[in-house]
Amino acid sequence: MRRTGLDKPLLLAVLALVVPGLATLYSAGQTDFPTMAANIWQRQLIWLAMGTVGAVLIFRTIPRVLEWFTPVLYFGALALLVLTLLFGTGAGTAAGSQSWIAIGGVRLGQPTEFAKLATILMLARQLAGRREPPATLVALIPSAAIAAAPFVLTLLQPDLGSALVFPGIMFAMLFWVGVKPSLLFFVASPVISLAFAASTGLWGAWIVVLTLLLIWRRLYVVEGLVLWGANVFMGVVAVRLWTVLAPYQRNRILSFLNPEMDPRATGWNIIQSKVAIGSGGWFGKGFTEGTQKRLAFLPAQHTDFIFPVAAEEFGFRGVIIALSLFAFFFLVLIRIARQAVDSFSCVMVAGVAGMLFTHVVENIGMTVGVLPVTGIPLPFYSYGGSFMLVCLISIGLTLRVAWESRFGGYLQE
Amino acid sequence: MNWNHPHTLARRERTATVIIIGVFVFLAGAFFRLQVLGSDRYAVQSRQNRLRPVVLPAPRGLIVDRNGIVIAENVPSYTISILAPDPKAFRSTLDSMATWANLEPAQLIDIVQRYERSPDNPVMVMRDAPFEVVAALEERRPSLKGMIMQTEPKRHYPYGELVSHLLGYVGEISEEEMESGGIVGARLGALVGRGGLEAEYDERLRGFDGTRFVVVDALGRRIGGGGALEARQGDTLHTALDIELQKYVADQFPADRRGAVVAMDPRTGEILAMYSAPSFDPNAFIGGIDEDLWDEWLSSEDTPLLNRAIQGIYPPASPWKLVVALMALERGVVELDTKMPVQCTGGYQYFSRYFRCWRASGHGHLTLAEAIEHSCDVYFYQLGLKLGLDSTLLQGAEWGLREKTGVDLPGEVSPAFPASTAYFDELYGPRGWTNAVTLNLAIGQGENSQTLISMVRFYALFARGDGGVPVPRLVADTDVPRPVAILASAENVLALRDVLEMVVQSGTAVRSRVANLRIAGKTGTAQNSHGPNHGWFLGFAPVDDPQIVVGAIVEFGEHGSAVAPFVNRIIARHLLGPDFQSDRSIRWVLPADSAPQSVPIGSDSSFVGNVDNAADRTR
Repeated sequence: MRRTGLDKPLLLAVLALVVPGLATLYSAGQTDFPTMAANIWQRQLIWLAMGTVGAVLIFRTIPRVLEWFTPVLYFGALALLVLTLLFGTGAGTAAGSQSWIAIGGVRLGQPTEFAKLATILMLARQLAGRREPPATLVALIPSAAIAAAPFVLTLLQPDLGSALVFPGIMFAMLFWVGVKPSLLFFVASPVISLAFAASTGLWGAWIVVLTLLLIWRRLYVVEGLVLWGANVFMGVVAVRLWTVLAPYQRNRILSFLNPEMDPRATGWNIIQSKVAIGSGGWFGKGFTEGTQKRLAFLPAQHTDFIFPVAAEEFGFRGVIIALSLFAFFFLVLIRIARQAVDSFSCVMVAGVAGMLFTHVVENIGMTVGVLPVTGIPLPFYSYGGSFMLVCLISIGLTLRVAWESRFGGYLQE
Repeated sequence: MNWNHPHTLARRERTATVIIIGVFVFLAGAFFRLQVLGSDRYAVQSRQNRLRPVVLPAPRGLIVDRNGIVIAENVPSYTISILAPDPKAFRSTLDSMATWANLEPAQLIDIVQRYERSPDNPVMVMRDAPFEVVAALEERRPSLKGMIMQTEPKRHYPYGELVSHLLGYVGEISEEEMESGGIVGARLGALVGRGGLEAEYDERLRGFDGTRFVVVDALGRRIGGGGALEARQGDTLHTALDIELQKYVADQFPADRRGAVVAMDPRTGEILAMYSAPSFDPNAFIGGIDEDLWDEWLSSEDTPLLNRAIQGIYPPASPWKLVVALMALERGVVELDTKMPVQCTGGYQYFSRYFRCWRASGHGHLTLAEAIEHSCDVYFYQLGLKLGLDSTLLQGAEWGLREKTGVDLPGEVSPAFPASTAYFDELYGPRGWTNAVTLNLAIGQGENSQTLISMVRFYALFARGDGGVPVPRLVADTDVPRPVAILASAENVLALRDVLEMVVQSGTAVRSRVANLRIAGKTGTAQNSHGPNHGWFLGFAPVDDPQIVVGAIVEFGEHGSAVAPFVNRIIARHLLGPDFQSDRSIRWVLPADSAPQSVPIGSDSSFVGNVDNAADRTR
């Protein structure tokens, strides 16, 4: 057998995710009352082919070149996001937000997806240059700024689901370069404070715990005060912010808290998703036989809610296999990240893992009802051209890193 | 120690592994809770509690006239459908229903086909069911399992034939339209506008369908009613139309004649009335039109579906002389008092051909103003030659006389007016024609056919007097810009308006003058190779501050003078109000008319098009 240097576990994991993903997409189109998703798997096949070409091209690119080119990509992506805000259009299941960029009515893609990759590269470039991990809040500011720019621009579309991927990427990469978990926790603490603000008692307890933690971890006094202030601010401001939220966003949060409240608005999605998953049982209803899906009870069953289709038709058994495959896939990714020969590649792969991990957890968690409904695709399953391209290009990048570590002299076999 | 030291990384990989596995185990736990622990509950829910959405059709928006009188409304009607668990139950309900609803075998086959196409959704059995049927079925509801009786809004046009060409009608969406995806919120059985304002403003009128959820079990048996999302009615469409005037127009239009009338406010372009005869009853289309009636309308020589105001094209005849006169003034070719070299002796010799004036005894030596007043053809033959063919064609195109006016109705036809001399090369062959075509064009004959709306738009130029023309509009939204195209200088336009006014006071129009109502206008008689001539009249009033411009064409009306009186009555009705009582109080003033034969240029008679050609474009 010829030694190609391709990382076989990664290839196998991707293949084992793509094939059932495509099968589920095909099944999602098989409804009693034909919908526009009936033959969408064929178009996904084209995107798969294009993505593979993209992956091969990126595999042939030296990571050093990519690193040198990164600022152009990053600021280009930001510029595209701004353009999208100015001229964007909505489409498909994302009809409510301006996430598409189109020229002359032809939709070219969703710049947010490409911005994710660009952000990974930019963060990798910034973090890889350091010997020591950032140890203070001030030292984290450059990284936070890099992730915040695309985050805010995407949030404005408004696309909360995709926007959350940027913090996901940032936290994964900061963790990977050795930022102390406690520091990361403090960075995230204002959001937790916001979540607790709904209940005065809970929030009071939280502030006490936070204060004790700040004293115990002995942060710089100024940083500690800023953090404490930020937590209080978020807690107090939350109520006012609530009134600023768009009604659909409020509904989504409310229906997350209490899905039975309004069975025909957003809660409808969660209830139908849970019924589809739950009625799948141990072994499922059989491929293409899911009744909830067939009667089109599942909303957006070819994009955001595709996993319940698989869960309904393959049952818990199928879900366990799919989840295991995803877990295996991420373990392979961090193994490749660890083995990378240069620090840029090392952090970059961690970023890829962070991005895909956020997608998988946010999407599956939403369908099973443990996270709020946000519009976010499931890698290798959901229909979507730009995202499929980005996923496969990330795989191409990772394969290159793995190839370098095998033939770059670091890991001789 | 560096962050990327192998030992540090290895430790980090272990932490990450724990996190990843932890998260996935947590997710697996969530699935376990739903799929294994909750399996029974959710399986039951999946089998029993399924909400089936039943569409509540949105009532279409009202269409009202300028005074708020409703001209298109919705009336309730009953739709009967069946939601059945299996083919057997469906068949039994349908069979017992058939007796009471008088369903014919052919209808039954249709219904069964609809059922087979989507057995899980309510199948429509009867739309707009008559009251007796509704009552009979309601009485027997207990034995009719799965019957759904729903009130649905039905379109109704209280003024029927009066406004059919303007409003159009509504019909069920076709499969091609469904697939094209051009219609937002399209669903099987949705009603969309067909023709007229219903089509032009379909999106605004349509509203948003509501949904009622019917709870059905896994076998499709209805087990109760769920909540409902109310339908939202479409927007009310405010038109500029004056329905009382429209009624008067229809009353006054010569009985059994074909033709059209357009009344427009020249200041805004708002269309006050637009009538095309013969008409049809748009209510016949509601709930599906009878095949025989449809065939009759399509094959009828009268083409009732054709809106002659915007879809019929006719040679513009004498009213066109004002167009030529304005062209000549604008280009500085003549002045109002310019005389032509050859005086009118009843005809004009142009090389081998002799072009007649309508008045065989001749008009003598006339100025431009007098030539307009007396509609002297010989003068205009020479004026046309002086102006030149190229200038005529160029100016006509510049003034939009070969384009649609852009009135907000679908299906408007462009006037037929040559773009350049290449047109004649193609029609007659490069050497098959001579400059003589210019003579025909100069008197509104020859290779020129205009729509009524196009001529009315042009006469608004004289009515306004500022050199501009508005875009004709039926819907008078205040927020829509009303573009005014400036065509000519106010000076020349006003000069010609003065001539038209003079015509009223002294010319052949003397018969129709009233003290407080001076109507200026031009009659015309269009040659028709297929039968009697068509009669034109274009007029506006009051002359010194025009508020209305009216155009009319009557097919086979023989002569423009026959058209003028009723147009003048329309104008009087509009300006003096409904109390005005016709002939005694008003004496009509009519300018002279001409009806010369256009001289054949090629081998064929030179009609580019008239209403008979346009008739094919109805559907």
